[in-house]
Amino acid sequence: MSGRSERIAPLAVKIVVSGGLGVGKTTFIGAISEIEPLDTEAAITQVSVGVDSLDGVEGKTTTTVALDFGRITLDPTLALYLFGTPGQDRFSFLWDDLVEGAIGTVVLVDTRRIEECFPALDYFEAQGAAFVLAVNRFEGAERFEVAEIREALGIGDGVPVIECDARARGSVRDVLGALMDQVIGVRMGAGRGAGRTPALSR
Amino acid sequence: MSGAASQEGNVSDGQFVRPFIITGGRALPAQADLRLETLVVAVGGDAGGPAPAFEHQRIVALCQEPLTVAQVAEGIGVPLGVAKVLVADLVVGGLLSCSQPAELPLHTLERIRDHVRAL
Repeated sequence: MSGRSERIAPLAVKIVVSGGLGVGKTTFIGAISEIEPLDTEAAITQVSVGVDSLDGVEGKTTTTVALDFGRITLDPTLALYLFGTPGQDRFSFLWDDLVEGAIGTVVLVDTRRIEECFPALDYFEAQGAAFVLAVNRFEGAERFEVAEIREALGIGDGVPVIECDARARGSVRDVLGALMDQVIGVRMGAGRGAGRTPALSR
Repeated sequence: MSGAASQEGNVSDGQFVRPFIITGGRALPAQADLRLETLVVAVGGDAGGPAPAFEHQRIVALCQEPLTVAQVAEGIGVPLGVAKVLVADLVVGGLLSCSQPAELPLHTLERIRDHVRAL
């Protein structure tokens, strides 16, 4: 400890935005982020080095894994990051790094291609993580009742299903608010022991 | 000409340096709880130890403002796994500060919710 003023890094918290390819994850993050979606291509591309799974996808094309990454400064000591999962199946091995330590997840659904969200749903259900389902309203898409969507996806009553417009900041804010309610509800209801074990326990 | 093409291939092979050379082959960070989004910032104090290695110095220079581990990796052009090892060295050595609790307390979650609702 020197006599200088100690600098403390702000606390970073993370929410993951998932769902199938082209469901609006980039739009969703861009609607509320205060930074231009950061191109972490270099960093993320390199995640694959040392993990594995580059077999069969070697060559130049493998060097592009763009990651959606947004930031919201909640207060000077608290920064909220939004990470989008890569939509392509072949990058699903990146998900563990993205999801580690996330406080919750938004799974986006496009009712025109509802099956696209199955891999994300399976993954986050298996994780036991807190998540909400956000149905992105696409113009021209048939509207379904929330109950129908819930039934089609086999989602239990414990998981909120919300309609949203990924282009509208207010709508995105409401989805994130609902997710935080869910996160807090899960924490208070489950107490300790249930859900995920902490990433670090000493 | 196929001869020229294969020679070109050899050149690029020769320039490839295995990423974990920088960490002396260490793949596990000295501090295990760093994540993609963990924010680190240079503490600014004088550690008093031996002068840090080149990559370490670059990270400290980058982190005059808080940066995520992912951004550090991008900034110095190394894989995320390598960046984690280097950043952890600096945190343990007292040159960088980070705060990353394993589990957020309930009051912090409520604070996040209130801030999000007010966006």
